[in-house]
Amino acid sequence: MSPPKPIAADLVQEGQRMASICNACRYCEGYCAVFPALERRLSFSEGDLAYLSNLCHDCGACYYACQYAPPHEFQLNFPKMMTEIRAATYRKYAWPGFFAALFERNGLVVSLITSACVMLFVLGMVVLVDPQALFSAHTDGDGAFYAVLSHRAMVRTFGEVFVLVLLVLLVAAARFWRDIGEEPKTLLSPGPLGQSLDAVLRLTYLRGGGDGCAYADDRPSPARRAYHQITFYGFLLCFAATCVATAYHYVLGHPAPYAWWSLPTLLGTIGGVALLIGPAGLLALKARHDAALASEKQTGMDVGFLAQLILVSSTGLLLFALRESAAMGMLLAFHLGAVMALFITLPYGKFVHAVYRFTALLRYYVERRRPVPEMGAE
Amino acid sequence: MDSSRPYDVLILGGGNAALCAAITARRAGRSVLLLESAPKHFRGGNSRHTRNLRCMHDAPADVLTGTYDEEEYWQDLFKVTGGRTNEKLARMTIRHTATCRRWMIEHGVRFQPSLGGTLHVSRTNAFFLGGGKALINAYYRAAEALGVEIRYDTEVTGLNIRDGRFISTIAAHQGVDHEIRAAAVVAAAGGFESNLAWLREAWGPTADNFLIRGTPYNMGRVLRLLLDNEAKSIGDPTQGHCVAIDARSPKFDGGICTRVDCVSLGIVVNEHAQRFYDEGEDFWPKRYAIWGRLVAEQPNQIGYSIIDAKSMGKFIPPVFAPYKAQSIGELALALNLDEQALLRTVAQFNAALRPGTFDHTTLDDCATQGLLPPKTHWARAIDTPPFFAYPLRPGITFTYLGVTVNERAQVILRDEHPAVNIFAAGEIMAGNVLGKGYIAGIGMAIGTTFGHIAGQEAARHVAA
Repeated sequence: MSPPKPIAADLVQEGQRMASICNACRYCEGYCAVFPALERRLSFSEGDLAYLSNLCHDCGACYYACQYAPPHEFQLNFPKMMTEIRAATYRKYAWPGFFAALFERNGLVVSLITSACVMLFVLGMVVLVDPQALFSAHTDGDGAFYAVLSHRAMVRTFGEVFVLVLLVLLVAAARFWRDIGEEPKTLLSPGPLGQSLDAVLRLTYLRGGGDGCAYADDRPSPARRAYHQITFYGFLLCFAATCVATAYHYVLGHPAPYAWWSLPTLLGTIGGVALLIGPAGLLALKARHDAALASEKQTGMDVGFLAQLILVSSTGLLLFALRESAAMGMLLAFHLGAVMALFITLPYGKFVHAVYRFTALLRYYVERRRPVPEMGAE
Repeated sequence: MDSSRPYDVLILGGGNAALCAAITARRAGRSVLLLESAPKHFRGGNSRHTRNLRCMHDAPADVLTGTYDEEEYWQDLFKVTGGRTNEKLARMTIRHTATCRRWMIEHGVRFQPSLGGTLHVSRTNAFFLGGGKALINAYYRAAEALGVEIRYDTEVTGLNIRDGRFISTIAAHQGVDHEIRAAAVVAAAGGFESNLAWLREAWGPTADNFLIRGTPYNMGRVLRLLLDNEAKSIGDPTQGHCVAIDARSPKFDGGICTRVDCVSLGIVVNEHAQRFYDEGEDFWPKRYAIWGRLVAEQPNQIGYSIIDAKSMGKFIPPVFAPYKAQSIGELALALNLDEQALLRTVAQFNAALRPGTFDHTTLDDCATQGLLPPKTHWARAIDTPPFFAYPLRPGITFTYLGVTVNERAQVILRDEHPAVNIFAAGEIMAGNVLGKGYIAGIGMAIGTTFGHIAGQEAARHVAA
């Protein structure tokens, strides 16, 4: 496995310059985990910056509070610098290394892959499935979806890709963990694991210190945290729906389709609706984002991922609503194509933020149990 | 800015005191116009650089530990000012800090526990989440929401005062003068610390080597106009709060991060490589404020704080990287100091050390013997490479000269009568409470208290 390629030297230097200003000032200590972590250090290595940038949730609070923010001659735009370094870490730790290029113009890459997947599924079905089955209406009693594509084929295709994706993400996390200076064994510290999980489930550090993050502009607002969590839990609900359905199928011998009031359907429907509302809200906020903080490249990646989620949830919901119509076959092809595209781009798009941020949070809580360097009063 | 219509209350200045006054007057139902000389990005004067409020409290309260009662607060203030304080106004301020946090929170200010390195003030000072600029932003949002009219980039160039009564002000915005009439005016425009010509007048040519820690917009125009219009002055015009900061800091607005907190861990020499004061006289938080003046008294107003590898990492890291060398000779070269002189100074210092047990958290017994000036605590040999140096220059925080006020925040005229509709708040009148010296968080205490009083009194005057 090739070692990660270093982040551009000028970006690292700029990060070091800014972090040194923050370390001497310290006014933002109460906003999030980044500043307490920063204050444990006297200088900042590339690994330190990689760690801090993934600990940063980009809430923007520190930018508006900063006495050194542009046009001050120190030109301290801390969140934007963090965003740029964070984007560089996605390329740095991507595995296999030659896929790092997928993070360049990521919005475009993700849309191309998505279109390709959808087309492939549509074409594949047209070619492989009996047109009689594909273009006619099936009742739930007929076994709806499986009249078009067998359950086994679906599980095999998606199961294999999913395992592969999981492996790729784990390797990326391990590369990050080692590069920021941690041992493999500290990865499994139960206390810090629990604390970081808690910080993720409640999104503690997108609270901007209490009133919400200053995302679209300097006014603190709980909106972004709310939309993020709607997305996050929507994602989890959809995932749970799939797991429960799989259990129904194999354990209870009860194959889909399920009635609207059944557990997999309820989970999937609520999750799907959440996965529409959350990403749509995040997109709306992004459209109003302060230009001073937005990083163009990152915007493409974010929008690409959000659009993908909306595509998956909207096709999924439509499929559910129209499953007894003749449109079902094509809708299924669309939906499965979108889901497949989401799966295979998980390690090469915005989703990786979840992996690195969780890992950075884990490091934060591991580190918090270590003594702070003794320092005299100012 | 509608200069044809008279406002009820006109606020001159845009920092903490100005905003407290503006919000208070507006909430009393008055029309309020606030003139800030800085552009929006640099609004807030030196409040931008503040970070806490010294609070009286009789029991632990949210971010404040222990208790800090009126008497202890008053004694602390009395001590640092050497008695140059108006007890009545000082006690008003102290008592106000016991309750004003609720008002602050209502208007969007948030507090946080003491920052790293500031545990010694966790009992007395409530820190603003995000610092003073976050506080200022919250107040501007609140003021706008309440309907206070705000004009940035607007400089007060004239005051029209007749028989101790304010009539109008002349304000320049984008090169055009406007005359603005108001029933009452609150002067809250700070001191003159960024007016280099005025500083030179007060301190002589040495002032040319001073750095200004805060805003470049505190030109003292309103202060000058009031003094020229019969206001009675207070505070020593030749004094300012002056800290030794990194000589490489920007001329203006370097703020907190230009601090150098390792003076007590090493030695400080002047440009002749000579020591000039006891670096270990007392804990750094109690001494940093005298080092500005000490450096100002040295030739060319420059000093060098020198430490060795033993001390590196034992203080809050300054913003600029230190000069670093493997030997004292090499360090002298890097600093452009006389090599032999610096070697001699360090050798003499090292030879004068008495054995002791180093402990930076107490007034330890590591001291020099027979050395002039002595180093009375934390004296350890400068002998472990690499050696580090930070250049120091005097950095002005604020000036003490202001206008005299009464307990209604009315400006007192030279004939001892209060001006009926002229009020003052913040640094422009801080000298009434803080005639000399400094204790952390007192500036914001004075600004908040007198901002509220001035806003209230101005509103009441309009009603009367």
